[in-house]
Amino acid sequence: MTGYQLKGSFPLIFERGAPGRRGYRLPPLDVPEQPIEALIPDRHQRTNPPALPEVSEPEAVRHFVGLSRRNYGVDVGFYPLGSCTMKYNPKINEEVAALPGFARLHPYQPEETVQGALELMYNLERYLCEIAGLSRATLQPAAGAHGELLGLMIMRAYHESRGEGHTRREVLVPDSAHGTNPASAAMCGYRVVEVQSNARGGVDVAALRALVGPKTAGLMLTNPNTLGLFEEDILEIARLVHDAGGLLYYDGANANAILGICRPGDMGFDIVHFNLHKTFSTPHGGGGPGSGPIAVREELVPFLPVPTVERDGDRYYLDFDRPQSVGRIKGFYGNFGMMVRAYAYIRTMGAAGLKAASEQAVINANYLMKRLAPLFDVAVDRYCKHEFVLSGRRYKRLGVRTLDIAKRLLDYGIHAPTVYFPLIVEEALMIEPTETETKETLDEFARVMEQIVREIEEDPDLVRNAPHETPVRRLDEARAARQPDLCFCAPASSTVGEVNAGGGGRTDG
Amino acid sequence: MTDADRRAMLNAIGVADVEELFADIPAEIRLRRPLNIPEGMAEAELRRHMAELAGRNADAGRYACFLGAGAYDHLIPAAVSQLVSRNEFYTSYTPYQAEITQGVLQATYEYQTLVAELTGMELANASMYDGATAMAEACLVACAHTGRDRVVVPRAAHPEYRQVSATYLRHQGLEIVEVPFRDGVTPVDEVRARVDGRTAAVVVQQPNFFGCLEDAEAMAEVAQEHGALLIAVITDPLSLGLLQPPGAYGAHMAVGEGQPWGSPLSFGGPYLGFFAAQGKLVRRIPGRIAGATVDRDGNRGYVLTLQTREQHIRRERATSNICTNQALNALAAAVYLTLLGKEGVREVAGQCVQKAHYLQRAMTALEGVSAAFPGPFFHEFVVRLSADPEEVTRRLLDYQILGGLPLGRFYPELADCLLVCVTEARTREEMDRFVTALGGLA
Repeated sequence: MTGYQLKGSFPLIFERGAPGRRGYRLPPLDVPEQPIEALIPDRHQRTNPPALPEVSEPEAVRHFVGLSRRNYGVDVGFYPLGSCTMKYNPKINEEVAALPGFARLHPYQPEETVQGALELMYNLERYLCEIAGLSRATLQPAAGAHGELLGLMIMRAYHESRGEGHTRREVLVPDSAHGTNPASAAMCGYRVVEVQSNARGGVDVAALRALVGPKTAGLMLTNPNTLGLFEEDILEIARLVHDAGGLLYYDGANANAILGICRPGDMGFDIVHFNLHKTFSTPHGGGGPGSGPIAVREELVPFLPVPTVERDGDRYYLDFDRPQSVGRIKGFYGNFGMMVRAYAYIRTMGAAGLKAASEQAVINANYLMKRLAPLFDVAVDRYCKHEFVLSGRRYKRLGVRTLDIAKRLLDYGIHAPTVYFPLIVEEALMIEPTETETKETLDEFARVMEQIVREIEEDPDLVRNAPHETPVRRLDEARAARQPDLCFCAPASSTVGEVNAGGGGRTDG
Repeated sequence: MTDADRRAMLNAIGVADVEELFADIPAEIRLRRPLNIPEGMAEAELRRHMAELAGRNADAGRYACFLGAGAYDHLIPAAVSQLVSRNEFYTSYTPYQAEITQGVLQATYEYQTLVAELTGMELANASMYDGATAMAEACLVACAHTGRDRVVVPRAAHPEYRQVSATYLRHQGLEIVEVPFRDGVTPVDEVRARVDGRTAAVVVQQPNFFGCLEDAEAMAEVAQEHGALLIAVITDPLSLGLLQPPGAYGAHMAVGEGQPWGSPLSFGGPYLGFFAAQGKLVRRIPGRIAGATVDRDGNRGYVLTLQTREQHIRRERATSNICTNQALNALAAAVYLTLLGKEGVREVAGQCVQKAHYLQRAMTALEGVSAAFPGPFFHEFVVRLSADPEEVTRRLLDYQILGGLPLGRFYPELADCLLVCVTEARTREEMDRFVTALGGLA
């Protein structure tokens, strides 16, 4: 039961400690204490204290450091997870975000006490608009999918303002799109219509032409698309959608390829989201926090959520008085801490640095694609942008699947690429190296892939049974879904319903 | 990347120039000028610039913060930021490769357990964006589960939570029915008058936006009479160290803001929404969920589970579109609750109550200051002032005090009222300073 074991099971925090132990001491109460019953009526009081851990600070620290050592981040090694843009997260950004003048601001402070914060938001909005080629933006969405949802709400508000809200009920989504696109459209009350890809991985323009019409609210597209390829027909696509009265939504998950090179607004997009946690280097935190600002064309500005950040001479202020706004989609103003980091990144890079980053991201991806092309089927034989998609189908006849290759990579200390996405490529491996990796890292990755291919040919079971060197081996996902165990349940307590009831079973109030 | 590396890579690709890699972008949309963004800065320049911007804000380190209303200045143990800053955690993506992300997955499982325990519910998810979106998604779950299209929401619930829920629900053709408040609380008869066969859920915020304690149990009964669900909303879950957990008064879902569990104020985000529910709703709840299982060798391990609810599998039929959530804040919550532990959460809640009542008594003893509402409260309370609350809070800045939220912006009828919050982080000296200053202003 030590904190440093790296392989096998690891104790839960609930299996550590002893009654009466604690890891933090409060200052003593410095006001006269009243009997609690006199302040809070009995019927509102909890009868049983919650069964939380009872551990000392060193125990807690060893536990979580132990857990961290069973985890992998881009600071540990190469992380070519396609569509996720796992670039290096500069440390200065963490330092400045932790400044008390940012980290300890209450969202409801008087405006005159948060002028620095509002100025940062105001300028970040302008930078993002410049990168997007659009008029105004909101920083409110907490993630890319949240930005999509808001963007679609704005799309809907626009059509409603033109009296077409009830007829334009369809959102077109390519079959290669991220899963969030159709999910966001449905959440916004839209019917999702899938558009086929062509042989070159782009939107099939003929198919699109047949689908757009008076029912079309808009098209959601990422460009470069999820194959890492630039939509060469983008201007034709934009014309088709606009001529039909629809709007074009840009999923910015892949924006790392285009900074300073071309702009979604110039391509014809009307609404754009960016993922600050991808393109603008804010750390992903093991699944968030993210930030998904959206930028819009002039005609859509009235529909942006409240509040917007405005400037009057030297004074910055929040504007809540926007009668056509779609409303509010998040508490307060968005994930401000992420805005600070993204702002710091943009100021560090400058215009030239941002463009150089995109160029290098594209060079790195094409270089690695070239190195790996002999080993796999390249989904579409073209220069890619920031990422590319390979197919592992040729190894299926040897009984090895892409999942096995991904798992074997883990044994070599490398995070696996995105696998089985996009859905249109069989046995897909989606690889995004990013610009912050060196040539040596890419060469090493290619060598490891060559080694794995040799293993597939010589000893396929080694790959099929991978990983071997990780803290745990392949996990039984079917069991996790069939018998959900979502909370720790002390051995003495009972289970309730179809799930392991965890703490709930032990708390009667 | 050195020039030599770049040259070697371009050679290997088989192009003479990086421009060739962009040749498929139509010429008319290539940006032929530099972006209009200032030139880059070196680290030392950036540090100076950021310190200057930060220095123009009045932070809760220099000012005594009596603002609450959904964001709370609690003490945060030093170990929290140290541990969440471990690179292996904070530079990780969503744990798609479970074998090398057991750290995040196990911490998530522990977080889910802690949330379930505190709320008295059977399960919890890995986190939502914040309390407001957690409430909105809970309303959507209730509508989907019951097949009904209305949610009854007290006006005494957080105004921004209500706004966010209204935005989410409107787009699915669902409605919010608002319930007025009387004496700072939601009258049960007013709730009953609005609940019927179309009601999917009744929402109760406990304590409510004014800090007052609601009769949640009675609202649960009203909901139950009509086959509706009860959604408990909690903006400061540290109250659960002392207050009855939602599971005990019959809530079907308990959602709220997890920021008080170790996340700094950060001007409103990043925070985390917590989302706990009864077991029967497990396949309807949104977002990531970690589950325990075993590996090939029989070792206990953790995976993201029940993914057939989610967008990357189910696409337009998913329970929600949420993907990235607030994992690092959930980790901070797990660390915070571990350090505070069983005794600590009770003590924090107790100190909040004691200090808030100390300040409320002292303030309402002043000429021109009175308690707006008569009922019991937790750590927030409303006072009615003879002077304009906006003006008062501005003048309090001279005393290094962030003196509460003037309610007029959300409740025109309470334009003479101030919402004040006291956490365990406030000292008696700060409270006495507040009272003295207010005595001269009110």
